[in-house]
Amino acid sequence: MKVRDILEKLNLKVCSGTAGLNREIKGGYTSDLLSDVMGNAQEGNIWITLQTHKNIMAIASLKELSAIVLVKGYKPEEDTAAESETEGIPILSTPLQTFEITGEIFELLREEK
Amino acid sequence: MEFNFNIEGGNFSRAGTASSEIKKILKQLNVDSNLIKRIVVALYEAEVNVVAHAWEGNIYVHIRPDAIEVTVADKGPGIPDINLAMQEGYSTASPEVREMGFGAGMGLPNMQKNCDKLQIESEINIGTKVTMLTYLKPQ
Repeated sequence: MKVRDILEKLNLKVCSGTAGLNREIKGGYTSDLLSDVMGNAQEGNIWITLQTHKNIMAIASLKELSAIVLVKGYKPEEDTAAESETEGIPILSTPLQTFEITGEIFELLREEK
Repeated sequence: MEFNFNIEGGNFSRAGTASSEIKKILKQLNVDSNLIKRIVVALYEAEVNVVAHAWEGNIYVHIRPDAIEVTVADKGPGIPDINLAMQEGYSTASPEVREMGFGAGMGLPNMQKNCDKLQIESEINIGTKVTMLTYLKPQ
């Protein structure tokens, strides 16, 4: 499943990084602790978090994640969005809270299998 | 082959830049991608530690025939009790740093897990030197 495939299904807004909408989603990871994501997320994961600062892009890029989903309507900070454009890794936003959006994405990925 | 990168203490907006540059170089050198993944996790944690705790630091990468040796040395407060610092969950990070999602006490354990040999030397109010060795072939 590509990042663009979940946009409409889950009513996600693209904040930045549209160039990366064809990245393939291989599983997901939900956490707000950066070292936890660094240590445990896998390449291609979609990352669900409430962190909006620029360091999330460093993690996403180093781990080659497919996209970041910000919860509760959060928007990336300006320099975070700029980095997402440069890296071509999309940042998406949902009004849902972490528990709900994680469940929705989990369900979509499970149906695909 | 060897190369160096500087790390600026306290500047979170640049944290990860050096790790990202080194990742690019290792990719260009065709280092095994699973190896790069491990090295990058360890290196990023070390870089963030310098940004979060020290005044300035330097990353030195030495690509040896048998292994990749990464040394991260800083001028900083040092680590009074290395065994304590190695415990998962132990952290001395400031509330501001924790709020950003850092300082969960997972940095050093992540470094330990993602290299084959971790060596830490530290002197109070002088600095800390972390050496991480990752073998190119399983030992």
